Amino acid sequence: MGYTLDFSVVWHAMPALLWGCVGTLGLALAGMTLAMIIGVAGVAARDAKSAWLRAIVIGFVEIVRNTPFLVQIFFLFFALPLIGLKLNPTATAIIALGVNGGAYAIEIIRGGVQSIHKGQIEAGYALGLHKGQVFRSIVLKPALRAIYPSLTGQFIMLTLTSSICSAVSAYELTSVAQRIESDTFRSFEVYFFVTFLYLAISWLLMSGFAIISHRFFSYPTR
Amino acid sequence: MTPHFGLPEFGFLMRGLQWTVLLTLVAFVGGCTAGLIVALLRTCGRTTVEWIVRIYIGIFQGTPLLLQLFVVYYGLALLGLKLSAFVAVAIGFTVNASAFLGEIWRGAIQAVPRGQTEAAMALGLHYSSRMRDIVLPQAIRIALPATIGYLVQLIKGTSLAAIVGFIELARAGQIVSNQIYQPLLVFGVVGAMYFILCWPLSWWGSRVEARLALAAQR
Repeated sequence: MGYTLDFSVVWHAMPALLWGCVGTLGLALAGMTLAMIIGVAGVAARDAKSAWLRAIVIGFVEIVRNTPFLVQIFFLFFALPLIGLKLNPTATAIIALGVNGGAYAIEIIRGGVQSIHKGQIEAGYALGLHKGQVFRSIVLKPALRAIYPSLTGQFIMLTLTSSICSAVSAYELTSVAQRIESDTFRSFEVYFFVTFLYLAISWLLMSGFAIISHRFFSYPTR
Repeated sequence: MTPHFGLPEFGFLMRGLQWTVLLTLVAFVGGCTAGLIVALLRTCGRTTVEWIVRIYIGIFQGTPLLLQLFVVYYGLALLGLKLSAFVAVAIGFTVNASAFLGEIWRGAIQAVPRGQTEAAMALGLHYSSRMRDIVLPQAIRIALPATIGYLVQLIKGTSLAAIVGFIELARAGQIVSNQIYQPLLVFGVVGAMYFILCWPLSWWGSRVEARLALAAQR
């Protein structure tokens, strides 16, 4: 018996799928915000005087970067209630994404901070700029420019990784797709279409980031 | 007697670990072979071919690995192929690896100074000899850190086979965790096993990278 593809199930489920996209973007955005907070705090602690603090940050980065996200989210799913955080799956997923992205953000931001040479700051003062100006145009903007490509790439990675949060049934696109699949048994059609929804999301994000980069960071450096 | 984490449970995880390693090896070897073809097509000089390969790579880089696995898994079944879960996920990881390794090696091939290709042409070497004897040996050196990095990604990525139902390390962990109700202990052990597998590779990768950076400075 031949199987005929039937994409009408996808068409009927379109509103739910588009809400799933919103869920995915929300999850990624919240996760990335948390990742940035962990990243900045981590960079500060990474270069702290206390050797213990430095070791903890290095250990955290190595552990997160060398274990699968799926295992991390399962671990947190059971560990968070033990420390008194009884959260719904979506909130758990945000924390897992934040912790995972945070480890990568630490490395990225650290690279940006190290890309600023001390001599440039001194040159800024010698030119008569005051403290705020030096921070804005000599430290912050070049550092942001240096880490912008990695950071936005990381955001897109995090958006794609968020599909794994369906394993704890957080509200996002893949779990919406899984629900539609179990209702209609049209596995291939649903997942095929959803794959292209993800492609559209990452393409939109990439284009958006490119426009922002062109607007704010395209100036000659030498 | 309440079930606890004993030798049988540990043995079950170890068997899962074996499947993880086997899956990684199959996908890596297959991905290297297909990735080389992707990289060569991507740099072949014909605009149409290069664009098609570029879209191929873009699709794999712009979609989640999990969804790629779903599509391959159910797609192969639709084609009437009755494959074991292992073969199906291995094919999924192999095509993914072909795109990512192809893109890494594309960059490495293009990073080899143009003078090398031109000198080889001037010596009258044809394409296959030029690539095999001149460009690729140099490109492999440049690509090594990123290739090791992708291998680590691949090991971690194979955990997603658990969601499709193949019993590798992560799925074995889920099963044991459901049996003995000690999720933290079990997933802690599972995480440690992945770490023991990945960390030496990451360490090696960053060492190679540092050495190459040092060589580039001179």
